[in-house]
Amino acid sequence: MYDISVLTGGRAGDGINSAGLLIAHLFNQMGYQTYLYFDYPSLIKGGHNFTITRAAEQKIGAHRDQCDYLLALSQDSVDLHRHLLSDNAVILFDSGRVHGQGQGIPVEAILKAEQAPTVMGNSCIIGAFAKASGIPFDVVETVIRRQIPKVPEKNLAIARKGYEAVLEERVIPRVGTTCCPLVNGNEAIGLGLLHGGLDAYVAYPMTPTSNLLHFLAGAARDFPLTVVHPENEIAVMLMALGLSYAGKKTAVGTSGGGFCLMTEGFSLAGGAEVPIVVVMGQRTGPSTGLPTYTGQTDLRFVLHAGQGEFPRIVVAPGSSEQAYVWSSIALSLAWKCQVPAVILADKTLCEGTYSLDEKAMIVPGTGDPAKPGSSRSYRRYEMTENGISPLQFPPLRDAAIKVNSYAHDEDGITTEKADIVRLMTEKRKRKAQALKGEIDLLECVKTYGMGGARTALLCWGSTLLVCTEVARRYGFGVIQPIVLSPFPEEQLKAAVAGVRILIAVEENADGQLTLLCRQHGIAVDIHVDKLDGRPFSVEELGARLKEVS
Amino acid sequence: MQEKNLITGAQNTWCPGCGNFTIQFALRNAIRGLVSEGVPLENIVLVTGIGCHAKMSDYLGINSFYSIHGRTIPVATGIKLANPELTVICCAGDGDAYAEGLDHLIFGAKRNTDITVVIHNNRVYGLTTGQYTPTSPFGFRGKSTPQGAPEEPFNPLTLMLASGAGFVARSTSRKMPHLTGIIGQALRHKGFSFVDVLQICASYFNVSELYDRQGYELSGHDPSDFTAACRKAEEWDYNTDSPIAFGLFYQEAKPCFEERFSRHPVSNVHPEEQIRAFLEKKR
Repeated sequence: MYDISVLTGGRAGDGINSAGLLIAHLFNQMGYQTYLYFDYPSLIKGGHNFTITRAAEQKIGAHRDQCDYLLALSQDSVDLHRHLLSDNAVILFDSGRVHGQGQGIPVEAILKAEQAPTVMGNSCIIGAFAKASGIPFDVVETVIRRQIPKVPEKNLAIARKGYEAVLEERVIPRVGTTCCPLVNGNEAIGLGLLHGGLDAYVAYPMTPTSNLLHFLAGAARDFPLTVVHPENEIAVMLMALGLSYAGKKTAVGTSGGGFCLMTEGFSLAGGAEVPIVVVMGQRTGPSTGLPTYTGQTDLRFVLHAGQGEFPRIVVAPGSSEQAYVWSSIALSLAWKCQVPAVILADKTLCEGTYSLDEKAMIVPGTGDPAKPGSSRSYRRYEMTENGISPLQFPPLRDAAIKVNSYAHDEDGITTEKADIVRLMTEKRKRKAQALKGEIDLLECVKTYGMGGARTALLCWGSTLLVCTEVARRYGFGVIQPIVLSPFPEEQLKAAVAGVRILIAVEENADGQLTLLCRQHGIAVDIHVDKLDGRPFSVEELGARLKEVS
Repeated sequence: MQEKNLITGAQNTWCPGCGNFTIQFALRNAIRGLVSEGVPLENIVLVTGIGCHAKMSDYLGINSFYSIHGRTIPVATGIKLANPELTVICCAGDGDAYAEGLDHLIFGAKRNTDITVVIHNNRVYGLTTGQYTPTSPFGFRGKSTPQGAPEEPFNPLTLMLASGAGFVARSTSRKMPHLTGIIGQALRHKGFSFVDVLQICASYFNVSELYDRQGYELSGHDPSDFTAACRKAEEWDYNTDSPIAFGLFYQEAKPCFEERFSRHPVSNVHPEEQIRAFLEKKR
């Protein structure tokens, strides 16, 4: 089985992420499944960036610590990553900037000869990589024509010179003829929201969801979508609730710090029953933390955010396919049940690029929202059996649609009367049960390789694919709750039945899912944590599991 | 829930003599004026913050979003963006708009969203029983400043002029016909309309005498003259005892925020087709 990793390093501003993505596309054309990890510090120019592009014959979603090829556009790329290279790694470098072993490519001279801007250096490197790895030039041509459609001829000329500048070293064979779409988690979330009928997206830029804002702002040219970037996350949330009140299916996006500012609006959404979806991309906290690195430290935050008690949806997709499917579901269910929903992702998922399995992009239907009666008697908070009142939007003839952050009566008028406050609290509780009923109809807990496994890994979010890969090697099963609120207790209990040793793998210190399981009477035997803001590599998780099991 | 006289059956809990009554009836009458011109009542939406003023949501029988402290303007902006056909009115207090949500006020003016913002500026926190606000005079003895407020007030009119507001006016709860007229003008102005209403608080800051003695109605002022508007706005600094002008200080027609968003015609293409087209490019 072929399993190849390519480390591409350079300075921030060199377009390292694009280079890594082009390499992923080369692999994609050669029939491989790919995954791209992008590691970068929080600065614009000059600091060290690198990507690891991995290709394998089966589905992957994690990087490896042993890279087979190094493409170095800076001296740091050679000096800092020796421990990430396999013994006989192929090294290609920009001879104008880097001294070392391997094959040098005179990138600057090639660009100068072609009178090309620095940014086209990537094409040169890609060409050289293709030659060194025996990938035919027509594959390079296909990738450049598809992925850099603006100026393909010049990029192709440069790629050709890079191709001719080096010798073939270790051949990467074609393993198939199928190409998948390569999308990052932010794009998958955005597409899922669009599938669910998203009308508006409101966000203030914050890593790791800024690219979702950029993606949807671009998509607003093609889709009937309004995208707004207001003054701060408080305005984001409240503007979104205004859009939602007036009938637009709306989502917001942020990370932990921004979500702190959104919590007053989040509670308003819960109390006033205004549907809203929050895309929460976790990064390393607390506070500013490591802005461009990852973590799974905000599960308890989103489960408890906002004053008061109200039902909420929290889903944590673990792959690009799940990100697509569950973003659509989150939006539909938020509207059906008139509750806030959180799509809990992280830097690894948001900014990682994956081969998308289109066959797995099937979104289960969630049914239609409650039908309203006549508008003359419309009451925004009408008491119903399941606690969900018919949802209508202004303008509605002969009706006044009143939503209210205060305790309110069925008309939406403020009340402090004890009996009405109690009835409204009970209404929200019934709504929580209705939401749980909706969730129970869906496959909220996924299991992988559980046939006879006595040991299982318990994971949530982006650690899914590293867990499934490592678990396969050890003969472990994997259990992944995708929905974390309402907690799918019965489905999870059924999944862990028969497991002797349950090992939670979480990129946090406290074991947040472990604690949540304990609340629901599910015991976790071992907790494997991750405290450095970096995602688990396959080797690292393997070693950690060896220590504990 | 839509009452013929636009007043709901909710029990009114403003203090006797509260300036909010005047604002309520002035606003109600201004809305009736719009309706008489053919604006459907169901196209009018009121957004309020939190404070005494905000009870307007309960008392007026029209669409309303009773939001949270300081946040009327982003909510109103979202509603207007969702449906530009709606007439969106914010009632906000001075604590709301000048303290907790000052950023939104400035951005509302900067964006020129077509909404009308009526500030119930009683220059005191009433519902929390008497603390100083951004427009209380220097030395104001409130419950949080028993030694007197240690800071000068700011002038909301000059702030709005500096922020790009295209309609800047001031009135008072002491002059109901004037207030009704100004709110009516504000509702008809296309763009961000700002009305600072000097409202008396019967319980914590009753300065009726000051507003009656120093107040006068603008005449001979050209509201299209920005420099004159600034000069006029600076006449009274919300602190000292100088003449207080009521009327329209500045008006300018400008493109509105929501008009700058492209509006797609309702599409029959299911998003899945567009999604497939996007994915094809990513292959």
